[in-house]
Amino acid sequence: MRITQGTFSYLPDFTDEEIAAQVQYIIDQGWSIMIEYTDDPHPRNTYWDMWGLPLFDIKDPAAVMQELNECRKAFPNHYIRISGYNRQQGYQSTMISFICNRPKEEPGFELDRMEWEDRQQKYRLKAYALDKPKGQRY
Amino acid sequence: MTVAGDGKAGAKKNRWSAGVTPYAEMGYYNADYVPKDTDILAAFRFVPQEGVEPIEAGAAVAGESSTATWTVVWTDRLTAYEHYQGKCYRVEKVPGTNQYIAFIAYDLDLFEEGSIANMSSSLIGNVFGFKALKSLRLEDLRIPPHYTKTFHGPPHGIMMEREYLNKYGRPLLGATVKPKLGLSAKNYGRVVYEALRGGLDFTKDDENINSQPFMRWRDRWLFCMEAVNKAMAHTGEIKGHYLNVTAATMEEMYERAEFAKELGSVIIMVDLTAGFTAIQSMAKWCRKNGVLLHLHRAGHSTYTRQKTHGVNFRVIAKWMRLAGVDHIHAGTVVGKLEGDLHSVQGYYKTLRTQYTEPDPMLGLYFEQDWASMPGVMPVASGGIHAGQMHLLLSYLGEDTILQFGGGTIGHPDGIAAGATANRVAVEVMVQARNEGKDILREGPEILEKACRWSPALAKAIETWKDISFEFESTDVPDAVAMPTVEV
Repeated sequence: MRITQGTFSYLPDFTDEEIAAQVQYIIDQGWSIMIEYTDDPHPRNTYWDMWGLPLFDIKDPAAVMQELNECRKAFPNHYIRISGYNRQQGYQSTMISFICNRPKEEPGFELDRMEWEDRQQKYRLKAYALDKPKGQRY
Repeated sequence: MTVAGDGKAGAKKNRWSAGVTPYAEMGYYNADYVPKDTDILAAFRFVPQEGVEPIEAGAAVAGESSTATWTVVWTDRLTAYEHYQGKCYRVEKVPGTNQYIAFIAYDLDLFEEGSIANMSSSLIGNVFGFKALKSLRLEDLRIPPHYTKTFHGPPHGIMMEREYLNKYGRPLLGATVKPKLGLSAKNYGRVVYEALRGGLDFTKDDENINSQPFMRWRDRWLFCMEAVNKAMAHTGEIKGHYLNVTAATMEEMYERAEFAKELGSVIIMVDLTAGFTAIQSMAKWCRKNGVLLHLHRAGHSTYTRQKTHGVNFRVIAKWMRLAGVDHIHAGTVVGKLEGDLHSVQGYYKTLRTQYTEPDPMLGLYFEQDWASMPGVMPVASGGIHAGQMHLLLSYLGEDTILQFGGGTIGHPDGIAAGATANRVAVEVMVQARNEGKDILREGPEILEKACRWSPALAKAIETWKDISFEFESTDVPDAVAMPTVEV
């Protein structure tokens, strides 16, 4: 199973060159950059762990790529994403966010059901990896 | 009809003596009037009847859309009538036609706070049946922040929707379930599941699917939410289906909305045919309950399409942003439904931006300041396919929802493959755009390259490569090369 969150999950995994090109785009827009990682890929897990502080005032994608590589070294089998953030009034939000590292195996999600009244079912979505504690999941 | 005659002929009667006084003389035309920042401004396109002076016609529109009736009434004198009168302050001829544009200012006091029904009853109420005019069309409005701030606005808005869905940096993708009528609830849910697991973000009820004998609403809700949840487990993404709550009464609509919420749907939808007040009520309900609101503009073409009649869609777009919807259909440029490039871009700007300058090329007559009201996500739907992705992204930008109904469900390898084709196409085009490629020019080549590794996209391109809908638009902005001339 391939988790398809992020701006580019239906494309083949990006090469470092392709990642750097997107980082350059983020820089050109005047946005700041965030590198985050997680081993809980639930789509409502908003707060992935931050790899340091957001990167402001970056001029060269190489600086971001270096941080990304260090994050990859520390968490080779986690999900890692790069996001561009626009602080402009009216936005103040993420403008692009794409996964650039994945676990080798992605077991995916269990859809748990509970019978409820009037033919309803209550659904619960849970990553199979979450059976293990944080840090031992992938 | 005397009312329409030019007021200059014969001896002038006293403004207040009983009988009929031309509108212009009653104060509904005032070339010296300088609109206040708090005024609501309107641009009306009209064709007067033979023998009716354009200025008198413009004054009549101002009168009939504000305080006037056909004859002098002494009860006017019990009011500060100069304050309440609509004032036509400029009339321009549209070159090469028999049409005119009347610019009219209305004082803020004419309108109830936060009510589209009230504003529209004035501006497009009786006046459209007025005999002295051959035709009339409301082209645009300038709504001042003083009035804008009395409205609810989108329950969430574009940025909140993206954060809610955890989807950034690309147009969202949707599909309307087809055939739009006749499927059973179980079969309908199958289409939803396949389209969502294949890569779409949303699927959609069509405007006329409510609760018919072949599929009752409650059954559709249950099967669609089964499909949505399964697709979420399959992809690890948030998915949604626009459950259409449009019904005969508000009580029924609330009941359907409540059940959608109970089942965990992120979004519901309502049709424009439900009426402005129903839409405002649903907007309030959606803000309160954390559910996105999609609006299908069913019926709008009956009054938006013809250049000399009705209401331009940019006015509807403004009203719906005020009323408060998160999505609204606003044209595709390249698809099967009416909408030329410039007009559609004007609508998109109206829906998404915080401030717009007047821009005759885009059909925008006035500046418009939204006073921080969040934007509405414009939806492009109807006869579009993956092979047009470079055009869609170039023309419409990324804060939009591209809906491929036939272009998903009609894929020869199935619905999921159709969805994947669309998702691959949009991602590959955003990637190329961000890399600085000229996608308008290189688009077909970019898609072709992706076809080499995506069989789903290759099939889609192969199937629809020759399909385009190139018909002349019935409604384009006047600003060709000719500026208008004041009369």
